[in-house]
Amino acid sequence: MRIPLSWLREYVDLPATETGRDLQEKLVATGLEVETVEQLGAGLKGPLVVGQVLTIEELEGFKKPIRFCTVDVGRANGTGEPQEIVCGARNFAVGDKVVVVLPGAVLPGDFAIAARKTYGKTSHGMICSGDELGMGDDGSGGIIVLPPEHEVGTDAIELLQLVDEVLDIAVTANRGDCLSLRGVAREAAIAYGLPLRDPALLDVPAPNANGYPVRISEPAGCDRFTARTVTGLNPEARSPIWLRRRLQKAGMRPISLAVDITNYVMLELGQPLHAYDRSLVQGAIGVRRAEQGEKFTTLDGAKRVLDAEDLVITDDRGPIGLAGVMGGANTEIADHDADAGTTDVVIEAAHFDPVSIARTARRHKLSSEASKRFERGVDPQAASAAAQRTVDLLVLLAGGTADPGVTEVIAPSAPHTITLPADHPDKVAGVTYGRETVVRRLQQVGCDVYGQDNLTVTVPSWRPDLVEPNDLAEEVIRLEGYENLPSTLPRPPAGRGLTERQRLHRRVGRALAGAGYVEALNYPFISDETLGKLGIEQDDPRRTTVKLVNPLSDEEPALRTTMLPGLLEALRRNDGRGSHDLALFETGLVFRPTGDEPQAVRLPVDRRPTDEEIAGLDAALPRQPRHAAVVLTGAREQAGWWGNGRPADWADAVEAARTIAREAGVELIVRGDQHAPWHPGRCAALFAVVDGAETLVGHAGELHPRVIKALHLPERSCAMEIDLDLVERAGTGALQAPRISTFPVATQDVALVVDASVPAADVEKALREGAGELLESLRLFDVFTGEQLGEGRKSLAYALRFRATDRTLTVDEASAARDAAVALAAERTGAVLRGA
Amino acid sequence: MSAPNKSYDPVEVEALKPEEIERMRDEALAAFAAADSLGALQEAKVAHTGGTSPLSLANREIGALPPQAKAEAGKRVGMARGAVSKALAARQSELEAERDARVLVEEAVDVTLPYDRTPAGARHPLTTLSERIEDVFVAMGYEVAEGPEVEAEWFNFDALNIGPDHPARGMQDTFFVEGPKGRETESNVVLRTHTSPVQVRSMLDREPPVYVICPGRVYRSDELDATHTPVFMQVELLAVDEGLTMSDLKGTLDHMVQALFGEGMKTRLRPNFFPFTEPSAEMDMVCYVCRGESVGNPDRPCRTCSSEGWIELGGCGMVNPKVLTAAGIDPEKYSGFAFGFGIERMLMFRHNVEDMRDMVEGDIRFTRPFGMEI
Repeated sequence: MRIPLSWLREYVDLPATETGRDLQEKLVATGLEVETVEQLGAGLKGPLVVGQVLTIEELEGFKKPIRFCTVDVGRANGTGEPQEIVCGARNFAVGDKVVVVLPGAVLPGDFAIAARKTYGKTSHGMICSGDELGMGDDGSGGIIVLPPEHEVGTDAIELLQLVDEVLDIAVTANRGDCLSLRGVAREAAIAYGLPLRDPALLDVPAPNANGYPVRISEPAGCDRFTARTVTGLNPEARSPIWLRRRLQKAGMRPISLAVDITNYVMLELGQPLHAYDRSLVQGAIGVRRAEQGEKFTTLDGAKRVLDAEDLVITDDRGPIGLAGVMGGANTEIADHDADAGTTDVVIEAAHFDPVSIARTARRHKLSSEASKRFERGVDPQAASAAAQRTVDLLVLLAGGTADPGVTEVIAPSAPHTITLPADHPDKVAGVTYGRETVVRRLQQVGCDVYGQDNLTVTVPSWRPDLVEPNDLAEEVIRLEGYENLPSTLPRPPAGRGLTERQRLHRRVGRALAGAGYVEALNYPFISDETLGKLGIEQDDPRRTTVKLVNPLSDEEPALRTTMLPGLLEALRRNDGRGSHDLALFETGLVFRPTGDEPQAVRLPVDRRPTDEEIAGLDAALPRQPRHAAVVLTGAREQAGWWGNGRPADWADAVEAARTIAREAGVELIVRGDQHAPWHPGRCAALFAVVDGAETLVGHAGELHPRVIKALHLPERSCAMEIDLDLVERAGTGALQAPRISTFPVATQDVALVVDASVPAADVEKALREGAGELLESLRLFDVFTGEQLGEGRKSLAYALRFRATDRTLTVDEASAARDAAVALAAERTGAVLRGA
Repeated sequence: MSAPNKSYDPVEVEALKPEEIERMRDEALAAFAAADSLGALQEAKVAHTGGTSPLSLANREIGALPPQAKAEAGKRVGMARGAVSKALAARQSELEAERDARVLVEEAVDVTLPYDRTPAGARHPLTTLSERIEDVFVAMGYEVAEGPEVEAEWFNFDALNIGPDHPARGMQDTFFVEGPKGRETESNVVLRTHTSPVQVRSMLDREPPVYVICPGRVYRSDELDATHTPVFMQVELLAVDEGLTMSDLKGTLDHMVQALFGEGMKTRLRPNFFPFTEPSAEMDMVCYVCRGESVGNPDRPCRTCSSEGWIELGGCGMVNPKVLTAAGIDPEKYSGFAFGFGIERMLMFRHNVEDMRDMVEGDIRFTRPFGMEI
């Protein structure tokens, strides 16, 4: 809402020295978001005067038509001689009154005016357009032609009210009353402790039976309808300068006198109005719901198909207006240029159901000045005053005659009252204001207040947002100043810190970052096509996705079921930007619907939902487990003066999973697998024991070459993805401290030859079990294949360390344990001791 | 024990003459001093202290002396050998020190060589900033609460007093989840637009008092540009207890900005409107860079707050009693306050990030410098 300061001063006697910025500060403190204060005419300096065009000489031979004019500016130029001015505009004629800026003047934008040679003539000033004067669009499309009554030589800065301040206020959804000068003036009056001259306090004649007939068949949608008639309007009458200027400053374009007046009254009082050309309205005006599919053309020329919920204004033929949103083309006021100008009008000032208007405006994507106000709440009591004000202005400015008939259809309603303890605002604020202050503040906003310890508060008709005791508390607290609230701290019960799960999530992030991975937070939006490129089959659960009705991009309408699309995209982007050695990680939710989720039920809000109802809502949601994933490419270790580097490979990906598992105190079981999007020969399935059962928790390895090609990834890129929720559940709780033996260690190395297809993990498991409890640690230190072993065989070399807790082991004891280990490995995996 | 040799004449034993012993000693000392390497010293050591060295041979001769002469000769030879051995040890350590100094010099390396064998990793600054904020409140006794990102509309809207006709439910802000075929728009499930549904779930899960901090990812259907992202991180706070006031809210906010931006920081509340709080306020914090001193001071403009003196943080207020009712908490007995703000904006002004896209694109050049903590 744009509020010209000069206009506002009509209703509140603000101190003359008070600037727009001063007012801004006060209004912001009491709750109006004044975003900017525009300084109109800043830097503007005269002489800027009314002139009359005496002669026009068309100059030939230039690329565009140019006029050389003489203009009478009276004594403003000091000589009284006609002023010679070159002008490129054409929308004026000899005898027209125009605005002339003379040499020595400065126009907005630091535009200094001097006599200058142009088009072979000397131009002593300029004939001005609205734009050049910083007035905004006046619809003239050229220079300003003034009404003839203004005298030559008159100061145009004053005449056109070019210097002003305009406050731009972002009005919140609850404060429809502040979409008017009246509402903002009330706030200003309260902020300064000054009286308000309420423009809605007008003498209004009592309703009678002679007014234009109105029939409301939908009182739920329209609880008030005032109709007034003005006849004998002069269709030639134009809006006076003051009216046009106020509309312009408030951000509206002057159109025609009748329309300008309704807009002016709406800005002043907040009541949207509509003027119908009476000669085009047939029969009584009605208010009803539209018929489903009914067709109607609004003022903007759009043909609309109506919904049965839309509220319409009708005459005998059908709809003539989309109630509270926009009038119809069929009863539009004709402006003065038309062949048959409008002479008789019917004024509508009505009050409509905010919800109904909001739905209609949204349904038809048609937000108008009227609908904006009705949605946020309009003072129903202001309707008759607004109609009266409109009538008065039409009579005054268009020479019309007010018809004595006054129609008012009003559905009975009681004013809204709220009861609250007088100290309720104190309790909400944590400040002792006292009853007196509370009552005074509530009265200032227009409430009637009765009672002592318990207050009965009748809220004013212009504040439909005041419904609950807390709404009234807010009024008191904001007017007493939010800035005066003290700073106190509550005392929450002693806390327990982060949960185990939250600690784990942080540890996982730190551990991966410590291992050289950089976290990337990717959007979870994916396309089905990408899942296809990852080689994930149609029947894979990862292909069942949550889809959005209104995705950001139609290309990516689904939510991720795996972290990899986003991470791989980040990998590709980094690679494209010249970073080729990459290790990225992300943790976050993936969305795994079954596809059979029921619809979420609409639950009431006036009570706590039952546990069953909550469970019902939760059942409508997809499973949303937290995953962690890494992707790698390029060098894991850089080459440098210390020697060679090492490329990232499948083993790094598997190790990233182990890094995560270690943080959770979980030992991963790793097995070979074939699983998209991984290389079938370089893919590890990761298992953990969850709730007593070995459970698949993730995969790691090198990506499938086809996937790398399809997604344009660097060769040999690797990836790992793991379900953190499952890993967390596999955790075994507090670690049991190991017993540290100080007896000497006995080391035994063994090399075992097995079939190449035997997983090292199986051999290791057998060795550990066979070695028994004397085994302290075991490490695979070499894998060897070669001709001497034979085709399809490999040798695994292990270092076994034995130690007892209570004695020094003898060589025989250590050897016996080793032999037992080898024996079990032989039995389980066919391992043969090398060289044996 | 053999009988003493009575016919012994010390004068006749040349090697035991005092001058002779002195000469041997001096020769040894000279040889040690002349040895310029540990090898040469070793040779001199063999020559002058070895079994066949003159002093050793002389020592052997003592046994042949008559008893009366033994003591004197023994003493003389012993003293000489002592001096020789001492000189040897001194020279030995001298030469070793010289050798060590030389070897250490030879072993010197260029310690300015760079070492980026395994480049460092890093956590995303949004993650670490969120954790830092969480920690401020965890230290005060709050719990960290989390919830689903795909959420039922009832939790995201209805329970928060955002009725079916509230503009925030319109298509312009919210991502709606598709329902089954034929009823695509009727799932009543959305991508949460704030972490407030976690507040509702927290109230349903717990008996009051409730003190929770709700960080997490939220979604609004804005296009990505330098100052907007459709997916962003929020931190919200909810406190529900007996007798909580707006002053408590103010104090909690003040405490937060002091913990995050240093002593002397404060917040400002400006009246505003949100359906889920009443009274409601917009919260600003004093610009932590200029502390408000750039206001009206064109000589010292402040980039961080555009010389406004205040930085907008987010929204807050007293929990609307209707929200408490929907969550099963008696608004007659309990009151609450809540606030919420986006982490991206805070990261932008706290670390001078100019373009929000840098936070979402995962470029390692942006993230790596932030390290493990923020």
